[in-house]
Amino acid sequence: MIAPFFKYGLFGDDVSLVVAFITGIGFGFFLERGGFNSAKKLAAQFYFTDLTVFKVMFTAIITAMVGLYYLSVIGFVDLSLVYLTPTFLLPQVVGGLLLGFGFVIGGYCPGTSCVAVATGRIDAMVYLGGIMFGILVFGEVFPLVSNFYLSTPMGQITLPQLTGLPYGLLVFLVVLMALGGFVGAEWVEKKMASKKAGASL
Amino acid sequence: MSLQVEKHPQPYWNPYVAGIGLGLVLLASFVVMGRGLGASGAFSSLVTVGVQAVAPIHVAHNEFYSEYIGDGTKSPLKDWLVFEVLGVFVGGFISGSLAHRVTKVVEKGPNISTRGRLLFAFAGGGLMGIGAKLARGCTSGQALTGGALFNVGSWAFMMMVFGGAYAMAYFVRRQWQ
Repeated sequence: MIAPFFKYGLFGDDVSLVVAFITGIGFGFFLERGGFNSAKKLAAQFYFTDLTVFKVMFTAIITAMVGLYYLSVIGFVDLSLVYLTPTFLLPQVVGGLLLGFGFVIGGYCPGTSCVAVATGRIDAMVYLGGIMFGILVFGEVFPLVSNFYLSTPMGQITLPQLTGLPYGLLVFLVVLMALGGFVGAEWVEKKMASKKAGASL
Repeated sequence: MSLQVEKHPQPYWNPYVAGIGLGLVLLASFVVMGRGLGASGAFSSLVTVGVQAVAPIHVAHNEFYSEYIGDGTKSPLKDWLVFEVLGVFVGGFISGSLAHRVTKVVEKGPNISTRGRLLFAFAGGGLMGIGAKLARGCTSGQALTGGALFNVGSWAFMMMVFGGAYAMAYFVRRQWQ
């Protein structure tokens, strides 16, 4: 195995920052290409009129998932060296809920708001200010919430480890689920479009 | 009559094509760096630097900020996610410029004032900031990256993000429709 390159010492910390910048350019480019610089388009996901968020996100997830699985099976990438954020179930569930509220109220998530700022969206600039205010609030109350923040720790754990199912089988199931989701998403969008056309007659 | 040709914004790409592009960037990050993408962490570093400039002792005594300070030998801004997010701005601008989609505009539905929309944007950003810190990541670091890695916490997080957004959507519909 020779990858992840950084973990095998192919380059050092300073070069990693250059890699970070280039990676970010790619990330921002495709976010904008997909339409994630528009709060109206992003929010439409939650009114079933435009399911681009679901489509782009799950296409990206299964592309990276299948690619990584393949590269690990042929012995190119050591999966155990890819960093996994430890799971703290309860704070992540509550955090996810707050983030979901913030998504439809604010119209963006942190990454998409950067792309929106770069393409001139004034609401995204205000939104980014809000994010930093929220982080500041979290930092200031951290001593009060740190017990909750560290509660229900499960360590670095993956679904294959949790369920005991083979990694490859789960990849297959997620791909199936995503493809089913895409068919469903196309159907829902058509339904909503014809409903709208009917209402405006 | 003006001779200048108005450049119309081009339509966005097919979502599946954009998704494959995004997935390949994520895969490249796994292969080259051994880590995924992120966004909110960069702003935590920025906030930490700001608070440190105003109240250095306060920062040293706070476990949240001190995590971003590290051992103090390098600036919290000399960080992988900070450089990645700088790239996100640049990449977004390149893509937007090429497609004539860079416009000074407030994104909102027809039934809300600009002022109202900006208040919602700030409030939503605030909730997002708190939520992302509590969850140890946002849509990029948890849902996208952790999703592709089968991270248990990320999948629980992702379900809650969609659940929370759908549950709240009805109450803020005037903003968008």
